[in-house]
Amino acid sequence: MTAATDYTLAELCVAAASRAFENDGEVLATGIGVIPRLAASLAMKTTNPDLMMTDSEAWMLSEPNPLGKRPDGFVPATESWMGFSRIFDNVWSGKRHAMLGPTQIDRFGQSNTSALGGTYDKPKVMMLGARGFPGNSISHPNSFFVPSHNTRVFMDGECDFVSSIGYNPDRLPKGHSLDDIDIRLVVTDLCVMDFGGPDHQIRLLSLHPGITAEQVQKSTGYPVHIPGHVPTTVPPTQAQLAIITALDPHNQRAGQIKDNPPGVRPPADRY
Amino acid sequence: MDKRMSAAAVVAQLEDGMTLGIGGWGPRRKPMALVREILRSDLKALTLVSYGGADVGMLCATGKVKKVVFAFVSLDFIPLEPYFRQARQSGSIEVMEIDEGMMLLGLRAASWGLPFMPTEVGLGTDIINRNASIKVIDSPYDDKEWVAMPALKLDVSLIHVDKADARGVCQIAGPDHYMDDAFARAAEKTFVSCDELVDSTYFHDPAQARLVYWERSATTGVVPIAGGAHPTSCAPRYGFDVPHFKAYAASAKQDSGIQGYLEQFLGANEDEYQHSVGGLDAIRAIELPTY
Repeated sequence: MTAATDYTLAELCVAAASRAFENDGEVLATGIGVIPRLAASLAMKTTNPDLMMTDSEAWMLSEPNPLGKRPDGFVPATESWMGFSRIFDNVWSGKRHAMLGPTQIDRFGQSNTSALGGTYDKPKVMMLGARGFPGNSISHPNSFFVPSHNTRVFMDGECDFVSSIGYNPDRLPKGHSLDDIDIRLVVTDLCVMDFGGPDHQIRLLSLHPGITAEQVQKSTGYPVHIPGHVPTTVPPTQAQLAIITALDPHNQRAGQIKDNPPGVRPPADRY
Repeated sequence: MDKRMSAAAVVAQLEDGMTLGIGGWGPRRKPMALVREILRSDLKALTLVSYGGADVGMLCATGKVKKVVFAFVSLDFIPLEPYFRQARQSGSIEVMEIDEGMMLLGLRAASWGLPFMPTEVGLGTDIINRNASIKVIDSPYDDKEWVAMPALKLDVSLIHVDKADARGVCQIAGPDHYMDDAFARAAEKTFVSCDELVDSTYFHDPAQARLVYWERSATTGVVPIAGGAHPTSCAPRYGFDVPHFKAYAASAKQDSGIQGYLEQFLGANEDEYQHSVGGLDAIRAIELPTY
């Protein structure tokens, strides 16, 4: 497995995020957005062929579809129907792992996809709404992808609206334990994290090339648990890059992170 | 039995303050011709239950809405519905914000005559804190607490389908019927617009009958309107109208707002509307989206 030397940050994030799914076994991998979808697809093509996937519309596929317009005559590898009503049968069974990009993520891992600022009755900014986040978060493992790691996303205090349950003892439902909640990886443009620190504190797992732990802490509105040794995020291999390119022939990944930076950034390039 | 009727006759059965369920999902297979007929009426103070798109946005923008029951309101490729956003940010509507699956549970409870459905969805989130009408209860069978998702009883559901016969047998040939069966069953009356009216013998083919998701007793009226989902999609017939949605979203940024949009497109009836958007052939030529 030859490590690539020339890759974009988006491609690094796809490869890093794909690791979230590698030990999942036979579950539905749902990546919402270009990078999470490519990450789930890459995992299905490499480390975990048992993953299940939809076409983002109404069918299950035994092979992930490439993104965007496909050539005439393309035949998707359909294996079963999976309309939106059946998705809930899957979600509530727990056999799913979703990777999503909420607008806010607080220190408990609670996330917000809905009302921002102002009051709930009259928010300053109304986003999508709670969507399926409440059900996802209490039913199955979830990971997050954040294309711009900053203190507006990883904000001080509690989310303006809590769309998904996190490790907040004050909101823990009766009869549940914090260990019932399963937030996996948090992949950003700076690093990879999880909530595996003391008392489910957010924890730095790896730093993207050229990024320091200080930069991560400065860009996060609450304390990050930083272990003594933090490795560099593993670069994608040539084989992974070839699969990513085949899955994303129109290079939609280039538009996902501001200015589409290279995977290896010179120190202080952005800070 | 002949359930055929006009869009105007459907709206004549609606009253101020009613709770309306609207089928479809975001920009997909919405009963937009029926929504437009509501826009032409003086109905007001409606409560909407919807996997929302421009149906919710247009009705909010024209002051017809008191309350929206929603999990999202989105045009998909334009993530934030511009007029729903304005309505929320101006504080002009009440909301019941729930999870996508909770909405299905509420509709099922209504259709099955249950007061609520137990679920763990919503626990630990602001869904239960921001909705006084959603209670958390103890279980008689374990030591956990559960959300009691209340029945979402609908006065009327509005749905758009591919094909229907005059007796109200409705077919959805597109890849997903979404929650439309649950909407049809949860309502006192369900009015269905269809792209094509077919003879009942069409359903004698079991492969066609397999694409019927509720029995005809759940259909009150059938409104044949070819292209009636525009600007939303009606797969496999036509996709959603991207330039039209862009113009709609852009209108929200202009001083004339929704009035400018309505003056340009709405017309006095569906024929005038379709003429203003290029005609039925143009609607039928809209390419299906690639996901």
